[in-house]
Amino acid sequence: MAEEVYALDKNMKRRQQKRNLVAYSFIAPNFLGFAIFTLGPIILALIMSFMEWDGSNTMKFIGLQNFTEIFSDDRFLASLKNTIIYSIFTVPFTLVIALALAILLNQKIKGRNFFRTVAFFPYVASLVAVAAVWNMLFTPAKGGIMNQLLMNVFHVQPLKWAAASNTVMLTIILFSVWKNMGYYMVIYLAGLQGISEDLYEAAALDGANSWRKFIHITVPQLKPTTFFVTIMLTINCFKVYDIVYMLAGGSNGVVNKSAMVLVYYIYEEAFRNWKLGRASASALVLFAIVLTITIVQFRGEKNYAND
Amino acid sequence: MRSKKNNKVIGSVIVYIILIFLALMMLVPFAWMISASLKFNKDVFVIPFEWISKEPRWKNYIDIWTKIPLAKFTLNTVKLTLIVTGLQLLTSSFAAYAFAKLQFKGKNVLFLAYVSTIAVPWQVYMVPQFMFMRKLGLADTHLAIIILQAFSAFGVFLMRQFYEGIPDSLCEAARIDGMSEYKIYSTIMLPLSKPALSTLIIFTFVNTWNDFLGPLIYLTTESKKTLQIGLKMFISQYSAEYGLIMAASVLSLIPVFVVFLSLQKYFVAGITTGSVKG
Repeated sequence: MAEEVYALDKNMKRRQQKRNLVAYSFIAPNFLGFAIFTLGPIILALIMSFMEWDGSNTMKFIGLQNFTEIFSDDRFLASLKNTIIYSIFTVPFTLVIALALAILLNQKIKGRNFFRTVAFFPYVASLVAVAAVWNMLFTPAKGGIMNQLLMNVFHVQPLKWAAASNTVMLTIILFSVWKNMGYYMVIYLAGLQGISEDLYEAAALDGANSWRKFIHITVPQLKPTTFFVTIMLTINCFKVYDIVYMLAGGSNGVVNKSAMVLVYYIYEEAFRNWKLGRASASALVLFAIVLTITIVQFRGEKNYAND
Repeated sequence: MRSKKNNKVIGSVIVYIILIFLALMMLVPFAWMISASLKFNKDVFVIPFEWISKEPRWKNYIDIWTKIPLAKFTLNTVKLTLIVTGLQLLTSSFAAYAFAKLQFKGKNVLFLAYVSTIAVPWQVYMVPQFMFMRKLGLADTHLAIIILQAFSAFGVFLMRQFYEGIPDSLCEAARIDGMSEYKIYSTIMLPLSKPALSTLIIFTFVNTWNDFLGPLIYLTTESKKTLQIGLKMFISQYSAEYGLIMAASVLSLIPVFVVFLSLQKYFVAGITTGSVKG
């Protein structure tokens, strides 16, 4: 009897083991690549931020010196400031337009698919190509479309856009909103389609107008979506690099202090100055910011849910 | 009653006006791009602006191929994009199947490792990753770009979310019929996951095709460069060749638009499962 139970037990164990192996075989191809080339470097980034290293000589442990150095570097502080300004304007601006577009395009109107597709165009278009157009539309010369518009329709002075230090961030923010709102619109559309029609019908019976329906049904029902969109948007804003490189970088891609952002600073320290320790330290600062934002928003979301 | 109907008409007129305005905002840059690509440089900034040039200069579209090795750049990009998209689809959907439909030891820990790295921007570890690849002798190779893009946690997450929505009973029934897990994956799950696969194709294709920072860091030999890097190089060198720049830009956009338009009907469905229902 005991032997039988033992045999059965062993049999089950063997079966579970076989099941484990099958599951691992499914995961292995992706996981190996992921562990070696993503997890590994993440850990390495942590170590490197406490080291002095130029990439060829041996690493030297220097404690927190990289951090004290970057926080007394003007260029780093400027990049931090610019990244924050960029995020503060880009996030709410993109969010509101994306939501408005999604609400308009969630109605049963003719040509809805056409508009949805068009709104997504800037997002899929390659950055180099559309940035080239923007640089021509927003050229500091008077012949550019935007300056013509400013002069002839709004009767104001033409702007120097990306060529002047006081309008360069504005140009970058406008471009970023234009390029990415289609993506967040699609996410909001998905969220809107998850709201049950019954809620709106009940509200209509109670005599609620469109505005009240929006405030009391749409906004609260969209809370999870808004939460997701805000996190994604903020993280993506802190990752900004190529937009700045295309719009504000000169012919050799050098960005000056008025438009320098965090990732640009990391890139420059690492691949132009070969100060890999300092680059990793600033990368960790970037990570700390992103992590804090995510955690704060998660907390906020939880509090909402408890209300 | 009548005024209510009038209100409705006025309302939809306003909606259309806003939509048409927004659509114009989205489309004008592209229209301008095509228009300028058919012009002589001297005519691009002429006032008043001409949308359709009187003597369209089709030659821009021929000259651009000889001015820079555009064919080589395109070939490199097509190669990288196809390999990365293929690998990404295969390995992600494969791993996601195990996470969604199989019970095994260490499942939660492994999945947590994936999910938590989604929140770590690539820019945080791009420097050590580059040093590591250089150590392996992979700097300035296409293989490095492929490795960089092909194993994303995002893909696994997206596919898993979708599989979770497919009832387990489907797999159970197949198991009782004696089907192996590999067979269930390939004959039941894959055909059902078209919306998620299309979304993943669009994202991976667009990201790889348009990637800039990766190739900028890794690829130094000109003959290995991608379309984006090559295009940027051309713009830096010939910044006054407006017509040619725009012609090259138009050409570089065509493939992503073709892929996007042919898959977009699955797209909204796919994005729903991937993001919000998390």
